[in-house]
Amino acid sequence: MVSTTTGAAAGRGQPTPVGESAEVNRPQRRYRASRRRDTLAALAFISPWIVGFLLFTAWPVLYSAYLSLTDYDVINDPNFVGLDNYKELFADPKIALSLANTVFYTLIQVPLHVLVSLALALLLNRAMRAAGFFRTAFFLPKMTPPVAVGILFLLLFNGQSGLINTVLGWFGINGPAWTTDPHWVKPGLILMSLWTVGSSVIIFLAALRNVPLDMYDSGKVDGANWWQQTIHITKPMISGSIFFVVVVNTIAAFQTFSEAYTAFFGSGNTTYSNDAALFYAIYLFQQAFQFLHMGYASAMAWLLFVIILIITLIQVRVSRRLVYLEGEQR
Amino acid sequence: VTSEALDAGSRAVAPAIAQAELSRGPSRLRPPRRTWTIGRALILLAPIACSVIFIYPFIWLLSASLKPRSDVFDNMLIPQTITFHNYLTVWQQAPMALWLVNTLFVTVLAALTVAISSAMVAWGFAYFRFPLRGPLFGLVLATMMLPGAVTMVPVFLIWNSLGMVGTLTPLWAQNLFGSAFYIFLLRQFFLGLPRDMFEAATIDGAGNWSIFWRIAVPLCRPALVVTLLFEFQAAWTDLMRPLIYLRDASSYTIPRGLKALLDQFGFGGDWHWEIIVTASVIATVPMILLFFAGQRHFVQGIATTGSKG
Repeated sequence: MVSTTTGAAAGRGQPTPVGESAEVNRPQRRYRASRRRDTLAALAFISPWIVGFLLFTAWPVLYSAYLSLTDYDVINDPNFVGLDNYKELFADPKIALSLANTVFYTLIQVPLHVLVSLALALLLNRAMRAAGFFRTAFFLPKMTPPVAVGILFLLLFNGQSGLINTVLGWFGINGPAWTTDPHWVKPGLILMSLWTVGSSVIIFLAALRNVPLDMYDSGKVDGANWWQQTIHITKPMISGSIFFVVVVNTIAAFQTFSEAYTAFFGSGNTTYSNDAALFYAIYLFQQAFQFLHMGYASAMAWLLFVIILIITLIQVRVSRRLVYLEGEQR
Repeated sequence: VTSEALDAGSRAVAPAIAQAELSRGPSRLRPPRRTWTIGRALILLAPIACSVIFIYPFIWLLSASLKPRSDVFDNMLIPQTITFHNYLTVWQQAPMALWLVNTLFVTVLAALTVAISSAMVAWGFAYFRFPLRGPLFGLVLATMMLPGAVTMVPVFLIWNSLGMVGTLTPLWAQNLFGSAFYIFLLRQFFLGLPRDMFEAATIDGAGNWSIFWRIAVPLCRPALVVTLLFEFQAAWTDLMRPLIYLRDASSYTIPRGLKALLDQFGFGGDWHWEIIVTASVIATVPMILLFFAGQRHFVQGIATTGSKG
């Protein structure tokens, strides 16, 4: 949004190198020298990224690919085992379990996340007074450290004394043991995660405020009610933002770690665990840093990468048909 | 560099900022009809009900931290007996002050280094024209798609071979090299600045560094503030990296320490949930304050991210 207004005027196109206009009539050699100086200066400015990319992205990616073909426990040298780690991935029941848990979580959490944040944004968009207060209220949970969210989950969803089941009790509902019953652990975590939808609410609200008002006026002239306007005007006009929120949150949900790890997996001297909350990222973390199976963990990471890549590509493909592009340049 | 150049710059940037700001004023609905229908009542009450749901966990936590051990789970909004004893206990049972200092050290360094380095890189991509600029910037964006899990193990091995595991350095030092997301954000902002001003400065004899440091950086303050706030929050709340890199309780950050307290007083046999609740309050309050200090920038930053995708 920052650049759409002035960007077209100033830098959006090809920014001209400094002094180029003044030197148009000078000899070609002088011009080339200035280009070379530009290149050197640019390299100096982007050098932190180049060094960081080589050191912390390029080399780790290559080394991770190599490690995934080895057994490595940090203490002894890597032992080349070919594709054994990848074969083991498909035989390991915990991989199947953690993948199933993660897919379940993602399939339910992402649609709910989008629906809830969209509903809240629509409410905010209609709230005339105190919209600022409501926005703050909806966003604040997002500031909570995930560890504290995990702890809040244990407290609020506690089967016997938790607030959630107390409130359910008022309506005569006998709430489940959210934090211990394997069937209810993931639904509980999903409900808790909806507490932190704040940034999606803000993204949707910004998109809603960008829908031209005269569209709704014409809608009203045609006799469309609020629901019809929402479906036929609002939804297509903000479909770009919906796509963005879906893609980003699918990737995040697939790597969900901190809240579930806090609530269900002990570290240090106390060990406890709950298979129902064993998400893929948690199992990967355990393999790498608790069991020191660095090679196996690297193979797991590559499987994760491939899965996320495929999901994202499918989402992009599907979005080409569903996302309405007029108002937005993507 | 003349102050006129700076002035011209900020005037040119102002509309962009105004545009980025979410209008807080009246939403663009027609004046309401006077009749009270169920629908109108719902529209009025629904945000209030939702706010209560979103705010209540904070109130519950704060209230529980003020209750004596036996009352922590009574779900009463107002404690029957209010006591600050838990805060004293937390201070005695855990090195909270040390954890706060560690966390502050990491967050400040992480935020400052990532803001400066990302701004430099973003400026390099926004201002200069050089061979392979497009593909290189594409590479910057592509790194955002790479799940952290892929590089997690080798990066750990790097810090391990440098003997840095167990220190706070791995939690922030990577930020010296910029971060793709902030590079993208800042570059967008730089592209919105008018070029003539920098050309004028060149004619005045300003070098590349002073154009960047004395003109461009002051002009992109709003985007820099967003970067600082986002990274401050990310570093403060991070759990995974402290879990990987910190060994000794004396080097813990607040989230790592909170997890240790949960393991010790929650599941470890001693049931002292009042300590955990109180430590959670201590971990969360700074982030709440940070939000109120930079609310406008947080909201703008997130909205910009969403629309730029």
